Amino acid sequence: MDVRFSSEQVALRDSVAQVVERLGAKAVGQLDDAERVAKLDAAVIASGWRELRTADDAGAPWASAVEVAIVAEELAKGVADAAFVGPTLAAELRRLTGTEPSSAAETVALTADLEALGSSVAVDAAGATGVLAVCDGALVEATLGAQLPETDLTRPSFEVGADVVAVELPAEAVTRITTLGLAVTCADLVGTMQGGLDLATDYAKDRHQYGAAIGSFQAVQHMLADAHVLTEGSRSVMLHAAWAVDALSPEEALAAAAGAKAYCARSARAVCETVIQVHGGIGNTWECMAHVFLRRALLSSDILGGVGPNLEKVLAHHGIGSSDGLR
Amino acid sequence: MDFADSPEEAAFRERLRAWVADNNPDLPASSTDDAYWAGQAAWHQSLHDAGFFGLSWPVEVGGQGLPSVYDVILDEELAAAGAPPRPGLGYLVQGILHHGNADIQARFLPGLVNGRVRWCQGFSEPDAGSDLASLRTRADRDGDEYVIHGHKVWTSYSDDADLCIVLARTDHDVPKHKGISAFAVPMDQPGVQRMPLKMINGITKEFGEVVFDGARVPAANMIGEPGEGWPLAMTVVSHEREPGELGYVGRYRKAVKELTSQVKADPDAYDAEQRRELAWSIVETDMLRHHVSRRLSERLDGITHTTEGSVDKLLMTWTENTVGHAALDVAGAGHAGGDDTWLKMYLYSRAQSVMGGTSQIQRNLIARRILGLPA
Repeated sequence: MDVRFSSEQVALRDSVAQVVERLGAKAVGQLDDAERVAKLDAAVIASGWRELRTADDAGAPWASAVEVAIVAEELAKGVADAAFVGPTLAAELRRLTGTEPSSAAETVALTADLEALGSSVAVDAAGATGVLAVCDGALVEATLGAQLPETDLTRPSFEVGADVVAVELPAEAVTRITTLGLAVTCADLVGTMQGGLDLATDYAKDRHQYGAAIGSFQAVQHMLADAHVLTEGSRSVMLHAAWAVDALSPEEALAAAAGAKAYCARSARAVCETVIQVHGGIGNTWECMAHVFLRRALLSSDILGGVGPNLEKVLAHHGIGSSDGLR
Repeated sequence: MDFADSPEEAAFRERLRAWVADNNPDLPASSTDDAYWAGQAAWHQSLHDAGFFGLSWPVEVGGQGLPSVYDVILDEELAAAGAPPRPGLGYLVQGILHHGNADIQARFLPGLVNGRVRWCQGFSEPDAGSDLASLRTRADRDGDEYVIHGHKVWTSYSDDADLCIVLARTDHDVPKHKGISAFAVPMDQPGVQRMPLKMINGITKEFGEVVFDGARVPAANMIGEPGEGWPLAMTVVSHEREPGELGYVGRYRKAVKELTSQVKADPDAYDAEQRRELAWSIVETDMLRHHVSRRLSERLDGITHTTEGSVDKLLMTWTENTVGHAALDVAGAGHAGGDDTWLKMYLYSRAQSVMGGTSQIQRNLIARRILGLPA
């Protein structure tokens, strides 16, 4: 056992961080800067990060889910408005079904509540030209329809248009893609928490009231300390889930990812709400970046299910089924 | 990055699993039953003598000299077998290893590690809790000895201890953090009075207070230099906050395993809220296990003594609270009589956010030292 990053993994993390630092949005107004968005997208394309799960000659992914998690966390830390989760899951679906992408940029479609693979909502679809949907157990290539209202200001969702070609999707592939999706959204949540916490911590050092930085007050310090602890616990459980994707049996890996997702989803909402609270009134304005983090966390939580459905998966793994569920 | 066993680790796990199957003493839980302490020393010695205790500590003091991650395997296997957790002494060992000279280490560590000599920790006082540095216990030099006067409290296991690591003021003319020294004080002497304290769950063996009224300790039993008591205390408490040093992951997993079996036997007897509490206890206990794996991996290049223990302490506390709530919700408080083990387990979980430094103090430390927030 050695749960440290290799030097290559550290280098990957640093290179993602550099791209986000250079081309990410630093203010809400910059989210509308089409030239910046295009440059960021071009940098992500050039990096090859979206191809980490494409198949090599033996059908294995080029990189493990740990590398995927590293990229997802760093992109989310800077609330990068470039697609990653969607294209990564699309690549995994192509790999698991042994099929070739028919469009240049694919993402995936989920059910209307986003809890499972489906054919209702194309997520993380910025720049996508095609979408992989699941209908009646078959994998379907579809077009994108109209853009849906934005929850997450950094990753748009679209309706799913007409379908074209269908291939069979084995049950184990559904388990594996779900596991990867849970792990990568956990990583996105960890990055979102860290980025939000950094924003709020900096603000608490700068903002003065009663003649002192608000970060000197215990009430504020304790909220931020709790947010830090939740972020660290989430990171530990996320790293295990990411490792498990390629290392454990499909059932064990799914259980690990489900537990991690429940923990990260609950933590992320608490942390991002703290980020807004520490900002006070300004945190409730559109122009403050705080809500960009919270909104991103809401989408990542819901992709393949947040707390409730994943706690049910954990119980099911321990042989405790229920007809009425947890909710 | 790899959470899996190496071939060496897998072989160790197999050997350990076989040994535990034959040597599980089936003790009651430490937190709920005084009978635990009657058998705990024998369990400690048995674990040690079989080569399964002090895994990451130096061979010279009775440890196994293995990488720190072996403790994760130990905790997992003890919990899986339903065996008692490993004795949680790592923080004392780390304190003595880091601050004690060669003589101190040679005289005291082997007995501490092999479980033949029992220790307790005399830090807190009635008027020095979170503000530990304001402690008033004094040690006055008298020839080759120091004479100790003072009152210590929350002194776990003081009833059974042979030695107490006592923080006492040896210099009254310097700022409060600078005048404290640490001693290994023999407990069996006329100047030591031990008084057990009954905890809210009814157990009496764990908590205690100790009055030192002219107790004597050889000057050669000072751990560290004169005035090094505060840094030593900080080393000790930083590790006292780490689940990796305490073996608590094993304790929580054992409880969660039992609760899971109970619900699995008759799921329809439990409502959605009870199942949800159980699910959280599973999720958080797993989280803590992976967190400890991460922390102990960070030690593969050598141990550090940092504020990170405060993060671990809060994660451990929240996990114990969640397991305690699951115990209460799933197993019940026993209002109609019968087994009150789970009620006791829940009540004991209230102590976790206080022992080893309150959660409030951990938050202060994280805010200042990790997040860099201003004073």
